[in-house]
Amino acid sequence: MTKVSMTVNGKAVSGEAEGRTLLSAFLREGLGLTGTHVGCDTSQCGACVVHVDGRAVKSCTVFALDVAGAEVRTIEGMANLDGSLGTIQQAFQDHHGLQCGFCTPGMVMSAAALLAENPKPSEADVRHYLEGNICRCTGYHNIVKAVLAASGQDVSAVAAE
Amino acid sequence: MHNFDFVKPASIADAVKALASDGAQALSGGQTLLPTMKQRLAAPAVLVSLTGIAEMRGVCKGDGGLHVGAATSHATVAKEAAAHYPALAALAGGIGDPAVRNRGTIGGSIANNDPAACYPAGVLGSGATVVTNRRKIAADDFFQGLFSTALEEGEIVTEVRFPIPEKAAYVKFRQPASRFALTGVFVAKTGGTVRVAVTGAGQGGVFRWTEAEAALARAFSADAISGLAVPAGDMISDLHGTAAYRANLVKVLTGRAVTAAG
Repeated sequence: MTKVSMTVNGKAVSGEAEGRTLLSAFLREGLGLTGTHVGCDTSQCGACVVHVDGRAVKSCTVFALDVAGAEVRTIEGMANLDGSLGTIQQAFQDHHGLQCGFCTPGMVMSAAALLAENPKPSEADVRHYLEGNICRCTGYHNIVKAVLAASGQDVSAVAAE
Repeated sequence: MHNFDFVKPASIADAVKALASDGAQALSGGQTLLPTMKQRLAAPAVLVSLTGIAEMRGVCKGDGGLHVGAATSHATVAKEAAAHYPALAALAGGIGDPAVRNRGTIGGSIANNDPAACYPAGVLGSGATVVTNRRKIAADDFFQGLFSTALEEGEIVTEVRFPIPEKAAYVKFRQPASRFALTGVFVAKTGGTVRVAVTGAGQGGVFRWTEAEAALARAFSADAISGLAVPAGDMISDLHGTAAYRANLVKVLTGRAVTAAG
C-alpha cells in the first residue's frame, strides 16, 4: 500500500492505495464517495465518469496512483453550497432525465464537461458527446433535453417527453 | 487484476531505467492496458506510467511537419493538430468517446498496434516517423503484424513526426459497440505520391493498399480505383463482418476518403 493524496471536490484528501487500486475504487471504498457508480467496469458505460484536472475520464480505467496530486471532481461536488441541486442536476430533475438513476452521476459529469467546452451545444453535439454514457431506461431524449436546458437554451421544441 | 508495483517517472531517462526491471511494462493512457489487465491477459510486475513525463506531451510544428509527443491524448491532438493537419485531428477526434480520448494516447495506441485501431492507419498512411528513446523508425518498418511492432525490450515511443500531405482524409466504418474501425482507410497525397493505409481489415494488421496507391497516383479520384479489387483471402472474418464484406469496405472507404480529401 502507498499513501496517495489528491484534491477531491475542493478538499485535500489522502488514503491508502495498491498499484491496482482504480480511481473508482479509491473514491468509493477509500473515501466513501459512492455517488460515482461502477456499471460495466470495462470503460464502456460511463457511469463512473469523474473529472480529473477538468477533463472527463472513466474512473474505472484510471489507477488512483496515476492521478496522485490531481484535482478530482465527482458528482458529490456538483450540488450548490447550500445543498440544493446544481444547474445540470436540477435540469435532469425538471426534464425527467433519469429513471432508475444508475447512469445519472456519469451523465451529469459528462454533461458538465461538455458545457465547459461548449456552453451552447446543439442537440447533435449533446448526443455525440454523450456517446460514451449508456442509459438503459430513458431512451436518451430527456437526458439530451435536460443538458440543453442546463445550457440555458429553450427546449420546448426538442423531442417528445 | 493482479497487483504490481507502480512507478511514475518524470523523465524519459528515468522511465527507461524503470523499464529495465523484471516484468516491467510501460503504461500510457491505459485505455487498452487496464481492461487487458482486468481480464488477466496481462500481469506486469511493475507498471511504469508515462503520463508524468512533460517532454513526451504536446503538439508542435517542427522541421517539415507536425511533431506529436507520444503521451499526447487523442483529445489534445484533435484540438491542437486541427489547424496544421485536419485529417489527423479528425482521426484523433473520432477514437472511442470523449472520456476515452482524454486519457488514451498516440504512443500507447501505436505501441499496442491493435489491428482495428485508428492511429496505425494515420501513422502509416502519412508515412510518419516513429521516434523512440533509441532511434527513428519509418512507419513502414514499425508496424509488423497483429499487436506487433519494431519496438524492442525497454524501448519507448517518445514522439511521432508527421510530414503534412497536400491532401488527406481518414474514413472509418465504425464497429458501433466498440467504436473501433470495422474497417478504416487513411489516404494521403503529396505531389505525385499517394499512400493508402487500411486498418481493421487485414489479418496482419494495418497495411498499405499499394495497387490503389498506384492507381490514385495516376488520377486522384474515386473512379481511379473502380476496377480494383482487394483479395478477400487476406481479410479478417468475424461475427461483425465476413472477409468479403471487409474487402468490399476497403474499396468503398478508399473511394470515400479520396473524395473527402478533395
